[in-house]
Amino acid sequence: MSARARTQIPELARRSLVRTARQPAQVVPAITFPLLLFAINAAGLGAAADLPDFPAPDYLTWIVAVPFLQAGLFAVAGLGADLARDIESGFLDRLALTPLSRTGLVSGQMAGTIALGLVQGLIFLVIGLAAGATFETGLPGVAVLLVLEVAIVFAFGLIGIAAAFRFGNGEAVQGLFPLLFVFLFLSTMAMPADLIEQDWFRAIAEHNPVSFIFDGIRSLFYGGWDPGALAGAFGVAAAISAVFLPLAVRALNARVVRT
Amino acid sequence: MSARSRSVALAVGWRGLHRFFRDPTMVVPSMLFPLFFFGAFAGGLSAVSDVPGFDFPENYTTFQFVFVLIQASAFGGVFTGFAIARDFEGGVGRRMMLAAPNRRALLAGYALVAAGRALFIWVMLTALALAVGMEVGGGVADLAGMYTLALLMNLTALMWAAGIALRFRSLQAGPLMQTPVFLIVFIAPVYVPFDLLTGWVKTAASVNPITAVIEAARDFVSGASADVALAYGAAAGMLVFFGIWALRGLAKAEAAGG
Repeated sequence: MSARARTQIPELARRSLVRTARQPAQVVPAITFPLLLFAINAAGLGAAADLPDFPAPDYLTWIVAVPFLQAGLFAVAGLGADLARDIESGFLDRLALTPLSRTGLVSGQMAGTIALGLVQGLIFLVIGLAAGATFETGLPGVAVLLVLEVAIVFAFGLIGIAAAFRFGNGEAVQGLFPLLFVFLFLSTMAMPADLIEQDWFRAIAEHNPVSFIFDGIRSLFYGGWDPGALAGAFGVAAAISAVFLPLAVRALNARVVRT
Repeated sequence: MSARSRSVALAVGWRGLHRFFRDPTMVVPSMLFPLFFFGAFAGGLSAVSDVPGFDFPENYTTFQFVFVLIQASAFGGVFTGFAIARDFEGGVGRRMMLAAPNRRALLAGYALVAAGRALFIWVMLTALALAVGMEVGGGVADLAGMYTLALLMNLTALMWAAGIALRFRSLQAGPLMQTPVFLIVFIAPVYVPFDLLTGWVKTAASVNPITAVIEAARDFVSGASADVALAYGAAAGMLVFFGIWALRGLAKAEAAGG
């Protein structure tokens, strides 16, 4: 990292952190909404754990993985909306007049979202355990889970950044949220693939990248260490980042040229 | 209702439906979301019907169809509440109030919009459900009973959302209209029959009036004997309660000058 980047990125990161902390309307739903869905689904679908060959010890331990991924969806909406506001308010135009590097601009914006992701991860884990979820991998598993959460939030946040630079308005970025929800639902979110009876649904769920992330998260909760599942989860997060970081930088370049 | 009020209600209703059907950004999500929920629940969770004690007589597609029908009807009402908020935010509501001698006719007009939107969603959802193998055990009268319950939910949700929209007169109140409806609909026997619910959801569902509506609607579609008095009593009670809430909101909007 160059000396210039070492100065620029912490400044933008500090701004991002302060901005996130000062927006309870963004922070509170990002924590409460996944927890509410978790509570509703855990109790409403609890009987599903009675199905033969259900892999988790109970449904609570199965569904506790979902809030960790929903944090990623909130990262798309939150980060994208923040950046879109910067574009709409002209802040990005002013930044474009400075010698700020493109990569620094993109990565500096992530600090608040990553911090929020860590807070979300810790809260989801504590509440999941308090509610009775099994967690078999101990403290090392907690560390890996939080690193995975950061990777998920980083990857999905890049989707929000790329969309904000591309579309330039918050409404269009918010429109991505329901679309990503589709990916969430058409996965192994609620049921393991082997127990999905509809062939078309099972085929989609088995190939849905979101299912690989769920596998990785769940491997930390029950069944002991599973390097393959973890590699799949981190691999999907890395692949999303590898696709959307260049897209974000390219969209930023195009926007700055237009400016 | 006087002829003048009827004319106002019909004009508001026509305007709202015209705007809805001419704007793809409103039509497409309204259509896609119930279909998507139906696909995700009926397709992904059908194994749940193999759980011991799952005693619904028709298939899981039918079981989930009823839930999505009630949910989509309620959201048709909520989204019409968004339209009210937008009208009052932009000043159209104030002009409509000036033109309407009896302002309750405006609410009646929005009720026509909500019902029209719900009808559109019912057609789409029912067609899809039948196409993917929904089993129907009930007769015509049973189905009429089910759709009437869905209509009551649609109007109840509209009155709730209208009460919020008329008090805040801003689209920023959207989450306040939407979130409680989303939650109360899910704190009911969504995935399994009531007897299979466990924990706090079972306790909450037992006092949630939506539970009676969903269970009766499922009985209607399967041709089983439904607790009609409880379901219609709960639905009508909610409609009256939130109707008063909406009328008081209308009075507040009038007092504020629209």
